[in-house]
Amino acid sequence: MQPIIEFQNICKEYPGVVANNNVSFKILRQSIHAILGENGAGKSTLVKILYGHVKPDNGQIIINSDLVTINSPTMAQSLGINMVFQHFSLFESLTVAENLILGMSEKISLSKLKSKSETICNKYGFNLNLNSPISSLSVGQRQSVEIVRSLLNNPKILIMDEPTSVLTPEEINKLFKIIKKLVADGLTVIFISHKLDEIINLSDHVTIMRNGKVISNLTTKNEDPESLGYKMLGYKVTKTKQINNVDYSENVLTLSNLSSYSQDPFTTNLNKINFNLNKGQILGIAGVAGNGQKELMEILLNENDFEFNGDIIFKNININKLSTFQRKSLSISYVTEQRLGHSAVPEMSLSENILLSMNHKNYFKKGDFINFDRINSYANDVIKNFNVDTPSFNVKAGKLSGGNLQKFIIGREIMSDPELLILSQPTWGIDAGSEAFIKKSLIELSQKGVSIIIISHDLDELLEVCHNISVLYEGSLSKSLNVESIDITKLGKYMGGLFD
Amino acid sequence: MVYLINIKLREDYSNLIFYLSPLVAVFLTLFFGSFIFLILDLSPIESFKIFFISPISNSYGISELFVKATPLAIIALGLSYCFKNNIYNIGAEGQLTMGAIFGGGIGLLFNDSTSIFLLPLMILFGAIGGAFWATIPALLKTKFNTNEILTSLMLTYVALFILDYFVVGPWKDPAGYGLPKSMPFPDAGRLPVLFDGLRIHIGVYFAIMICLISYIVYNKTLFGFKLRVSGFSSKASQYAGFKYKNLIFYTFIISGACAGLAGLFEVSGPIGLLYRDISPNYGFTAIIVAFLGRLNPLGIILSSLLIALTYLGAEDAQLFLKIPSAVGFVFQGLVLFFLLGTDFLNKYKVSIS
Repeated sequence: MQPIIEFQNICKEYPGVVANNNVSFKILRQSIHAILGENGAGKSTLVKILYGHVKPDNGQIIINSDLVTINSPTMAQSLGINMVFQHFSLFESLTVAENLILGMSEKISLSKLKSKSETICNKYGFNLNLNSPISSLSVGQRQSVEIVRSLLNNPKILIMDEPTSVLTPEEINKLFKIIKKLVADGLTVIFISHKLDEIINLSDHVTIMRNGKVISNLTTKNEDPESLGYKMLGYKVTKTKQINNVDYSENVLTLSNLSSYSQDPFTTNLNKINFNLNKGQILGIAGVAGNGQKELMEILLNENDFEFNGDIIFKNININKLSTFQRKSLSISYVTEQRLGHSAVPEMSLSENILLSMNHKNYFKKGDFINFDRINSYANDVIKNFNVDTPSFNVKAGKLSGGNLQKFIIGREIMSDPELLILSQPTWGIDAGSEAFIKKSLIELSQKGVSIIIISHDLDELLEVCHNISVLYEGSLSKSLNVESIDITKLGKYMGGLFD
Repeated sequence: MVYLINIKLREDYSNLIFYLSPLVAVFLTLFFGSFIFLILDLSPIESFKIFFISPISNSYGISELFVKATPLAIIALGLSYCFKNNIYNIGAEGQLTMGAIFGGGIGLLFNDSTSIFLLPLMILFGAIGGAFWATIPALLKTKFNTNEILTSLMLTYVALFILDYFVVGPWKDPAGYGLPKSMPFPDAGRLPVLFDGLRIHIGVYFAIMICLISYIVYNKTLFGFKLRVSGFSSKASQYAGFKYKNLIFYTFIISGACAGLAGLFEVSGPIGLLYRDISPNYGFTAIIVAFLGRLNPLGIILSSLLIALTYLGAEDAQLFLKIPSAVGFVFQGLVLFFLLGTDFLNKYKVSIS
């Protein structure tokens, strides 16, 4: 078989991050080719380049032995490339048929389109009523609409970006049958995923990417989930600088059977989460984004009275019903994923941003008035102790770089002497210098006996800082692995949803 | 060829321009306003003189300016609490009316009183009436998540009908020739004037006091800090542990009380009794005053004087230029339009590709 697509030295750099670094590989005609990697490995950037959404800085794409330049999705479609996105773009109030005709580049009558679509539905087993409105369809059916829409353009190549992330197990099985049938009829499918068992079940070949580079090109039948997981994560045997000084006799936080049952299709329901956190322990919660991290943080922070079952016990007190304010008063500190507009107000000065998080402390108040001297001097101390590069505490928080602001926020929380610090993505999108500084500060803090929870997509970071790591996968939390004696293969399996 | 309008958030959003843009808006209003006069076959310069200068060229005119500016400033200062908190109370006109009914009702109830406590009691009830009317949209918003813009606006018309009912019904002056108005308030229930023969009254002191208190609240207190944080980002406000529902109540009550106070001052001051049309849309115009003053207490005092001038100018224009007094509303509308425009262009960069 000859290749239908060949990537040659594709490079794409965004400010501060190399998304694709000399990516070269071939995709064979009439095959299912999986691209596997963690968040931020460069998978999405690569397929967006192929679909004409993103322009590469360098490199070329060869399709059917012709060198092509793909400037737009329209152009990609004319070359026979179609894409089914992770997030659907359908008009809820229109019918299936109306949505399909909106996606057509050529003029076609509604009746002709209906008969064409019906042929496709019958042939491949899509269970769709062309006259029902999108709003009445399940998530799986909506995805079918997106796929049928692509098939109407008679594609040669179909790109599917994490297509199973929104589906139930039965729907996934059905989708895989459809994909195999499409390939038998001549289509080439590019399948992006981070789920190991799915890749083993479905694909013919797999390309593993990490940090923007292609790590290896494999024939799937020679692999198993463990070997794939190991290669996806790489040989991440980072020397842990962490000295084990956890006091296992003193329990600080216990979560027991924490579950949530939201009806919102865009939330992941948590499924009986249990863990114990001891004094001075750093627990890392790893996992690919969208597996329940947001919901777990929501419950720990309790900003919106998010409903859940189970218990949260902080130092023998049940804090289920306590508000954010009350939890902070018990000396639990939080650093949220979003800096601007959540853990800091960009329009306000740095000292006002101290008060934002410290307003539960009477030290910063004089009755109903603000004690400006004290917030200013506290801000000054944070700036000094945490190397925040800024001329003064009067500077607006929004003027600081991401790394500086994050150092300021984390410094603000650390200096308030918390007993428990909960952070979400603490080093996301910041410069390497600030990242190293923050990691060092967190380790020092734990050595003073403060317990820390870090929710992060960045495994390297967790391996470097934490005592223990658990993985969140589709709302369930794995057993915790001790970092000192960690088995990378096992961690890889956990990341792909294969718990013991 | 398809032209696309790109609207991008500016990173170098300027604070200086934010405070200067009211001046730009006023300048643009004058510039485009002069075309209105040209279309009406009037000399712009002469017309502007009649509109903006002659109304305040004597002590009576200046007194009248303060008479109009006082309710505008008091209402707008109250509204600034809501607007800073991103709560859009559009119903100040109704809260003003309810303040007049409550406070004025006390004046009618004790219509033979000579007590020095009558006026303070009326003022108190005026504020309570306005605050009471404002808690209804606050309650609806916090309990049922209704849109406060709609509910507060609709309640305005309810309040106007209630006033209507009282002045044609139970409170109609038996000696009033059947006109829809109440008996005049007793002298003890009238607001003292500052100078004999002029209508400027002690409401001015209240406006100045509310301005100073608001300045301190916004800049020095935790409550003001909470309002500003919630106005910037509701997520940050949750992170800080502020109770947003309480803030909604407090700001509605403050702005309702201010509007009620202004309503009482109108009826116990210049008007002296209750009748149908107690306010020339002060409650709505105060929204423009609040934004033109950048929700800043001092700025609101200045903008209330400017907008008050458009009321006086419109009256003079009707007299001397023979044009409808609605021209005053046209000018108010133009100012708001240009202010929103300059704010938008300061915040966003617009380009066409």
